[in-house]
Amino acid sequence: MSAPEAGPLRMMGTLGLAGMCSGLAIVGIFLVTAPRIERNRAEALEAAIFRVLEGARSRVAYVLRGADLVPFESPDNGLPKEEAVYAGYDESGALLGFAIPAEGAGFQDTIKLIYGFDASARRVVGMEVLESRETPGLGDKIIKDADFVGNFRNLAVDPTVEVVKAGRTSDNEVDAISGATISSQAVVKIINASNERWMDRVTALTKAGGGGGGPE
Amino acid sequence: MAATAPTREDFVKGLWRENPVFIQLLGLCPALAVTNSAINALAMGAATTFVLVGSSLLVSSLRRWIPKQVRITTFIIVIATFVTVADFSLLALAPTIHKELGAFIALIVVNCLILGRQEAFASRRPLRAAAADALGMAAGFSFALFLLGAIREILGNGSLFGVPLFGENFEPWVIMILPPGGFLTLALMLALFAHVKERRERASQAAASGAALRRAA
Amino acid sequence: MFELDLGRLIWIFFAACLVNNFTLSYFLGLCPFLGVSGRIETAVRMGMANIFVLTVTSICAWFLNTFVLPHAPYLRLIAFIVVIASTVQFVEMAIKKLSPALFRALGIFLPLITTNCAILGLALFQTNRAYGFVEGLIYALGAGAGLTLALALMAGIREENELVSMPEAMKGAAMSFLIAGILSMAFMGFAGLFSAAG
Repeated sequence: MSAPEAGPLRMMGTLGLAGMCSGLAIVGIFLVTAPRIERNRAEALEAAIFRVLEGARSRVAYVLRGADLVPFESPDNGLPKEEAVYAGYDESGALLGFAIPAEGAGFQDTIKLIYGFDASARRVVGMEVLESRETPGLGDKIIKDADFVGNFRNLAVDPTVEVVKAGRTSDNEVDAISGATISSQAVVKIINASNERWMDRVTALTKAGGGGGGPE
Repeated sequence: MAATAPTREDFVKGLWRENPVFIQLLGLCPALAVTNSAINALAMGAATTFVLVGSSLLVSSLRRWIPKQVRITTFIIVIATFVTVADFSLLALAPTIHKELGAFIALIVVNCLILGRQEAFASRRPLRAAAADALGMAAGFSFALFLLGAIREILGNGSLFGVPLFGENFEPWVIMILPPGGFLTLALMLALFAHVKERRERASQAAASGAALRRAA
Repeated sequence: MFELDLGRLIWIFFAACLVNNFTLSYFLGLCPFLGVSGRIETAVRMGMANIFVLTVTSICAWFLNTFVLPHAPYLRLIAFIVVIASTVQFVEMAIKKLSPALFRALGIFLPLITTNCAILGLALFQTNRAYGFVEGLIYALGAGAGLTLALALMAGIREENELVSMPEAMKGAAMSFLIAGILSMAFMGFAGLFSAAG
């Protein structure tokens, strides 16, 4: 019932046609779903920003242009596709801090998180894991364990954040989850690396008045 | 060519007798990897159903025009297109599920079940038969996945579809939602299926020899 | 692209080989795993063929990710699968010419490498983790070593099992998965590797 043996021209023709139709179908579905996918991503990120900066009611995105952080202009107040940090303002327009997305290697796979950073107090004020594939029941406690996440509500960053196993004795320490040391260490490593990248610029922005108190 | 087996038979065989996971042992990578919860298992079953039925329909419609030498490559192109469509659709409509399934949605492309059905059935049979076969196999696959996912979630997390089933004092067997749990659950299910099959065969053999004796008598 | 953080590379290799073994942790590469006979040599040769295909795939995936796909990310899956299919075809022709005995020994398993989830899985994981060229290469070698290790262990245990009596229902696939489950549990012990240093 299938076609008989065919010459090389026929074979290439079939493959070429199949490839073209396939390409069209893929481009088509991409164009159709892209706006929705972008909206999902923006909504999820925005919700996370407001969760790690408690009390924040509005946000402004900042992107890197050269060596400086500049506000991201967007007609519909959308989120930038490139790397960005987000300044959060409360109802009165006062700058609460910056929500900084970061990612790095975890135990199983990459961990993506976002944390709130108060540059004037030089403290982390909140942390949320956005994506992780750590071991269920153990490593995935970095998402679920309230005590672990609570470490990040008021965490000093000087000189660096450190992981301890027996309990916090100082403000810049994080108590690791027992049985998930590597995942806990990964989270701290990600935050330290991210601080090294952004802290100076973010502090400078805060000193300069935080970009003018929020969007109009 | 005379009409072959009725469409109903084509559909039903995928559910039990030729179940892709438990009998044919195809599509095991997703069967173990995403069955750590019932909802993930069903989502993967749904995605695979979409790809399998779509591919079978397309391949069956085009079967007279696909040259034999390049048929496998063509099948793969068709399957990969459907998987990409499923991937983007899932990302747009159900991002949480997409996150749970992760790279395994893309891995549907190399699910031996789908390529196997194209080669063995869809490229040789008319549209209705191919559709029935695809639906049957996909339903059997989803059923198998759901069974594995439900068992692993109930034992490993004390819940089903996220709803806790047992009280506070239930200590979940975390091993069940970890990789070894997948292997062990499948091993026991396979043993169960083999056992049932063996008993059925013995029963039918006994019945057949009984009938032969009666005829001889 | 060529900066070498040795510690990270060592971690990537051993993580792919032992800690997150492709077969026993990620359930990739199960078809050859089940079908492998009780012959350790065949298992190791199968593993070698896989390592080669994995390495080539890793390099091609890196090239695609760096130069081609940023312009059309939605074509990633098709591009990967075409590369893999072509590589396997090429390896098949090469083995046929260089070692007909090996070609016969591997039989149907050679073209089946195309549908081996492990190959596509490697390309996808490598992409998700944004590995560089060297990291990707080490990852492929580690994954291949892990696959070969799992295959060899399975072959060895099955060889021993031929002489053991067991219930009819357990014979065949059920026993293979039981063995796999116990191996998987054993490999979970590697989770503590490097944690003191980490």
